[in-house]
Amino acid sequence: MIALALRFLVGAMSVSAFAALGEAFKPKRFSGLFAAAPSIALVTLAMTFHSEGPRYVAVEARSMALGGFAFAAYCGSCIVIAKHAWCPIWLAAVSAWCVWGVVAFGAWKVLLVLGGAP
Amino acid sequence: MTPMLDLTGLRSVRPSEYAARFAFGGAVSVATTLVARAYGPLVGGLFLAFPSIFPASITLVKQHDGRAKALDDARGARIGGAGMVAFAIVVWAGSGRCSPFLVLACGLATWALVSVGLWISRYGREPQPAERHR
Repeated sequence: MIALALRFLVGAMSVSAFAALGEAFKPKRFSGLFAAAPSIALVTLAMTFHSEGPRYVAVEARSMALGGFAFAAYCGSCIVIAKHAWCPIWLAAVSAWCVWGVVAFGAWKVLLVLGGAP
Repeated sequence: MTPMLDLTGLRSVRPSEYAARFAFGGAVSVATTLVARAYGPLVGGLFLAFPSIFPASITLVKQHDGRAKALDDARGARIGGAGMVAFAIVVWAGSGRCSPFLVLACGLATWALVSVGLWISRYGREPQPAERHR
């Protein structure tokens, strides 16, 4: 429980720090980079190194690389949906989660089929 | 287009918005840990790149600066996603070979280099947009 509380605190600080960095730069097209900063991953992996060891971290990081591709695809689809003025931005961003899911789990399934999973 | 430091942007964010990001960030950090514990590191790792905070942050950009700037924010994040892939590959390759601190520091440096490098190659030659005064 204490470990989870610590993760909450450190994760919150990391996300807030990267968000503040994003606010401190312009143009928006550049500050958007910080929305894709590995703020959660940095904290989670640092604590996982300590609790589970480097092999576990390597497996998580390999999956995260697939998730990163899915993140880029998510942003692309979010842009396409949000270009339509009738669609609220929040709805475009939430509905594009489906794209993230399809790409991330699709790539993950391919990895399993190819025998890449331990 | 040249990136510039503009600290006035920090003052435009309300304390409640900073608090929301803090709470969201902490909650997502715990949630990804719980996913990894329940389903293992293969699935848990995927969720390290889940855009959980993005809908809230892009909505805030839209409220402050309008839809066009929110779309610009998403364009930047799309490039940052490529940097996220680079971060993960460095951590994957370096785990067990170097100290955790060095692995994560190299990963973060790679994220920054790849993201900024791709951004400059994609948008660096475009004219500077007119920034609306907030």
